[in-house]
Amino acid sequence: MQFGVFSVSDITRDPVSGETPSEAERIDAIIKIAQKTEEVGMDVFAIGEHHNPPFFSSSPTTLLSAIAATTKKLIVSTATTLITTNDPVRLAEEYAMLQHVAKGRMDLMVGRGNTGPVYPWFGADIRKSLPMALENYNLLHRLWREDVVDWEGSFRSALQGFTSTPRPLDDVPPFVWHGSIRTPEIAEQAAFYGNGFFANHIFWPTEHSKRMIEFYRERFEHYGHGTKKQAIVGVGGQAYIAKKSQDAYKEFRPYFDVAPVYGHGPSLEDFSSQTPLTVGSPQEMIEKTLTFHDTFGDYQRQMFLMDHAGLPLKTVLNQLDLLGEEVIPALRKELAARKDPESADAPTHESLLKAKYGDKPARQPRPNANRGDNVTGGSPYQDSEGSANYPDLV
Amino acid sequence: MNTQAAMNAGPHESGPYHLVVVSGGTSDPSSTRMLADRISEKVARLAESREEKVLISTIDLRQLTTEISNALVSQLMGPKLTRAIELLGSADGVIASAPVYKAAPSGLFSSFFHVLDNDLLIGKPVVLAATAGTSRHALVVDGEMRSLFACLRTLTVPTSVFAASEDWNSKSLGTRIERAAMELLLLMESGFSHKIKEESWQNYQHEFGSAGGTELGIDLGSELMRLATGGRSQPQHG
Repeated sequence: MQFGVFSVSDITRDPVSGETPSEAERIDAIIKIAQKTEEVGMDVFAIGEHHNPPFFSSSPTTLLSAIAATTKKLIVSTATTLITTNDPVRLAEEYAMLQHVAKGRMDLMVGRGNTGPVYPWFGADIRKSLPMALENYNLLHRLWREDVVDWEGSFRSALQGFTSTPRPLDDVPPFVWHGSIRTPEIAEQAAFYGNGFFANHIFWPTEHSKRMIEFYRERFEHYGHGTKKQAIVGVGGQAYIAKKSQDAYKEFRPYFDVAPVYGHGPSLEDFSSQTPLTVGSPQEMIEKTLTFHDTFGDYQRQMFLMDHAGLPLKTVLNQLDLLGEEVIPALRKELAARKDPESADAPTHESLLKAKYGDKPARQPRPNANRGDNVTGGSPYQDSEGSANYPDLV
Repeated sequence: MNTQAAMNAGPHESGPYHLVVVSGGTSDPSSTRMLADRISEKVARLAESREEKVLISTIDLRQLTTEISNALVSQLMGPKLTRAIELLGSADGVIASAPVYKAAPSGLFSSFFHVLDNDLLIGKPVVLAATAGTSRHALVVDGEMRSLFACLRTLTVPTSVFAASEDWNSKSLGTRIERAAMELLLLMESGFSHKIKEESWQNYQHEFGSAGGTELGIDLGSELMRLATGGRSQPQHG
């Protein structure tokens, strides 16, 4: 089981101090939060992607590279990478590059994005976002698995003899999660490819997430990637904790009451009793998080939203300390005791490397000399059997 | 919310029918609720004379005000709202009664139906009723409310029931109530909504998990599903 922190990258006025952090301050803060995530013994840090204020994270791979460079074990990821408005060719290139510089300590979660105005800025149309997401992922999948791709679709220009560089680290494509709340087609695509499925059930009824996850598990088995229990599931959550439950309510209330995502509607009490939000003591967070396991069965990744709504950096770092000291160790212990031996571990670069090569050495693609195209011959790489012969005529 | 008898009304053609009353009245007693009750009682009596039984559940929207407004601005459906949705999902017929303040059904009434999912009421027979302080609002039922319920894909009965202050003493209100009640009963007897569900449900657009969480059909043969599994989106030329 992997535990992690995911951030939306919002820059929100702190309603208690009245201060709005600058972009520079918030970007510095997020790097510290990611480093802290590793320091307190958690496994994953993921950042969202947005292209409009008040968010800063327009370029996730740049940020994640900096985080990977200053951490040792942390897996860097996204929540989510927009598979609609981004060109899948650029995604293949950028995330393969991140995979190399992070030495494999990365994966990504693809999602559609639901902010209508963003689409036309990138020449896209939100009404087509679902077919666009499905088709773009089909292409991304091939770009990481075939040295040379011929491709034609509806949402980008056709490719002839295209090679996405660099090839994935060790020729093992980055692991991909598909994030979706309510779209069976996305769950089906995750299952078809044997990828992970992430249900961020923070704002949705648990019953709904349960149905989607169950559908994904059935289809994962249907496509022969393993049993239902071996499917790779991630779940979202959020929390504000303090040693004493009443302090957690007192401290979080001013942030909750004005946070845009809660709509100024439901009370903190309603929201924490009727949704996966925990406000309370570490023990209460442990108990609530275990109810996710009761509902969804063994799953591989649990992410928590900890740093939004204008919470100051100091508070977020304290929250992470509490998580690392009192919550995560207890959850690890209890979930390990509950784990069915049949269920899968969360994929990592090491596990995927082993699955592909066993004890044999990994492929290390070395390009042939530049010949101006990738169309002639099987591959521009030296180890390709079908590569064309270019005799030295001098 | 209350239910007058043990409620276990599944699909059937000869009853007991489950009739759900939705009242947007805000006072107690409320004339909007009284109008709805007169209609539901008439339905029950007509059913009795035809040796049929009707179970009546009543949803007083004023008890759901906070949860409806929360649902409008967030995705949170509170426990009372969830129960109301369950009741409507199992309804064989509905009586929807709204107060009119400003040339439209009240905001509370409209908001409730706005937060319901699109599939919950498909094909269900509905009596539309409204009360107002003046007869100048009389067309609200057939203008505004009927179009709202068309959007929800319900089957509204031909007779709408409107009661301004002067109507309460009028014999013709009773006639209209009886007419609407009989229309609703005949439509419930026809099993129309159940037949739609059995024979034509796939012809309506649905969302996964809608119809109060009962819509779980997934068409694995759709074009989008082919695209999800590595196929092409549309036939390409050339």
